[in-house]
Amino acid sequence: MSLKLKIENLHVRVGETPILKGVNLEIAQGEIHALMGPNGSGKSTLAYALMGHPKYEITEGTISIDGTNINDLDPCERARLGMFLAFQYPVTIPGVKVADFLRLAVSNVRHPERKEGESLISMREFRTELRETMKQLNMDAEFARRYLNDGFSGGEKKRMEILQLAMLKPKFALLDETDSGLDSDAVRVVSEGLAKLSGPEMGVLIITHHERLLEYNKPDFTHVMLAGKIVETGDASLAHELHAHGYAEVRKRHPEEAAQEEEQQQEATV
Amino acid sequence: MQTAMPHISMTTLDGFESFLETRHEPDWLTQRRRDAFALYQSLCEVELEPEEYRRIDLRLFRPDSYHLVSQQPESGQASRFSTLMEHRGEFGGSVAHTDGHPVKSHLEPELLEQGVICCDLGEAVCKHEELVKEYLMTRAVLPDADRFAAWHAAFWTGGLFLYVPRHTSIEKPLHSLIGLATAKVADCSHTLVVLEEGAEATLLEETASANEKDAGLHVGAVELIVASEAKLRYVQLQNWNESVFHFAHQCGRVQRDGSLQWTVGSLGSKFSHIHQDVMLDGKGAEAQVNGVAFATGRQKLSFYTSQWHKAAHTHSDLLYKEVVRDRSRMIWRGIIDVAAEAQKTDSYQRNDSLILSNDARVDAIPGLKIEADDVRCTHGATAGQVDEEQILYCMSRGISRDEAMHMIVNGFFQQVFDRIPVEIVRETLSQSVQTKLGFNN
Repeated sequence: MSLKLKIENLHVRVGETPILKGVNLEIAQGEIHALMGPNGSGKSTLAYALMGHPKYEITEGTISIDGTNINDLDPCERARLGMFLAFQYPVTIPGVKVADFLRLAVSNVRHPERKEGESLISMREFRTELRETMKQLNMDAEFARRYLNDGFSGGEKKRMEILQLAMLKPKFALLDETDSGLDSDAVRVVSEGLAKLSGPEMGVLIITHHERLLEYNKPDFTHVMLAGKIVETGDASLAHELHAHGYAEVRKRHPEEAAQEEEQQQEATV
Repeated sequence: MQTAMPHISMTTLDGFESFLETRHEPDWLTQRRRDAFALYQSLCEVELEPEEYRRIDLRLFRPDSYHLVSQQPESGQASRFSTLMEHRGEFGGSVAHTDGHPVKSHLEPELLEQGVICCDLGEAVCKHEELVKEYLMTRAVLPDADRFAAWHAAFWTGGLFLYVPRHTSIEKPLHSLIGLATAKVADCSHTLVVLEEGAEATLLEETASANEKDAGLHVGAVELIVASEAKLRYVQLQNWNESVFHFAHQCGRVQRDGSLQWTVGSLGSKFSHIHQDVMLDGKGAEAQVNGVAFATGRQKLSFYTSQWHKAAHTHSDLLYKEVVRDRSRMIWRGIIDVAAEAQKTDSYQRNDSLILSNDARVDAIPGLKIEADDVRCTHGATAGQVDEEQILYCMSRGISRDEAMHMIVNGFFQQVFDRIPVEIVRETLSQSVQTKLGFNN
């Protein structure tokens, strides 16, 4: 049976500023959702709030997996329940090898009860799996011995996120502009990588400005966010339309949210 | 039944005289000790060098609350130490001391045949008098450096003497264990290493306490003499309990095309001050200096490092990595000193520290003094806290906050571990850091 990630009436603020103002969204395993919207509409905020970043405070509404409220769980607990966020700006961790980092992460996510100091998954099996996964994603095996994101190019960092996704096999994967800042070859590599990984076991939410990622990963649903709300939901053709014509039509159809957006932008420039 | 061992005061003339009576040493050495004790007394009246000592508060240190013991403690005490390295590797030779007295030593017969000397320094005074007389505190650590150097010169007992003849290369590392087993006892061990031309050796030295609480004192000196084209790797891992005061003057001198790789690990002690000089005396000499220091609780660890470039085409590369937690404190003052004749010097000096709690503190002061005009010198210091975004990133991958913190700290040290070619040292340091991280969690 497929699990559902359910977001109901979600309100989130950062500091004193309300960003999300009642988001409703339901993602089932096996589905691909695209989330689009102009800059500042709250897309990344939704991604961080779903992952449990403490700077993003939920003031109202719920996030639940299969009926269980996860609002109060920290990012580590959420990851162990099968949530994954591919970061727009992955951090660097000097001195920690990709392979060692991943072995620890995989051990924890596959054995959610594991505590620090308890045994890790077998080195041999892990190595074999890592090698095969990297091969599948056309990544050089040498990557595993490098320090996590240390000296990586933008494209390499994004591929590293996809590799982690592949190894952790989450139930729900959130991709926050994984295609931004990449040249078209790198976008293709990442897009193909994701297409290989998604399947009936994974619900995917792709936050993007570009169409390329969606060409390889055709969304079942496209959502448009404006001023902290999802104002429209359609199929893949909506994504195509937004890409071709921008958000002017959407703003016309939703004058109230468009006005709020303008207000926010003015406040931000003051 | 154990007989009470007479205590020898280290601060009075009576104490010094009764110490001399226990020594039975050649006249030249007795005279050197007398001169040193007189020097110690006069230097105690003089202010310590402000640049080196002004950040260090010595008010809690009472020199007269420690003493030497005149007899060798019961044999077998060495085995009571939880040593970090002794049982990990295969050594070509080893020497162990407890409470300032040798308790065991061994050297592989082949090395003995090749003329290698690896024994306790007291024994070396008897058996290799001329060598000791030539090198002991005559060119590296000098008794008049300051009151601690003079104090050590007056009262040193034991320590390791390593001598490697010309073009002799020792494959297996040598090991030295310096232990304190009795409360209030001072260890004044001296490490003297002499590598003749083209010789090669690796020496791993560690200090340890037999129990967790007993107060103790170490007033030590390390002298590393590296002749032309010789190659020495020296590791000192200071792992006393957290009630020991540790003062050490350490100096390495490297001749033409010689190479010294020196790693200092500082984990233990209540208070420690290490004065570390690397002197590149001959053209083409090089030195790599690695520091790994981790302070917790109320520990205070202090380092005063100097890279002296005295000849042309010399190369030095110093990297210290320090972590402080709780209410601990770390002080590092580093100097690169390039003499006018040391053209084409290439010198690097870097200190990175990671601060894990608000009450911990680091002072890192790099410095340069350059008299030559064609050199490349780079220096820098960084200090920072673990980035919360790094921790959240790890947590989003199912790694708990504590586990993430531990991984990031280990990663921080990894950059210096990567420079250490001896595997057991890398492993030992890494595991010691892990163990120390585990406390108070």
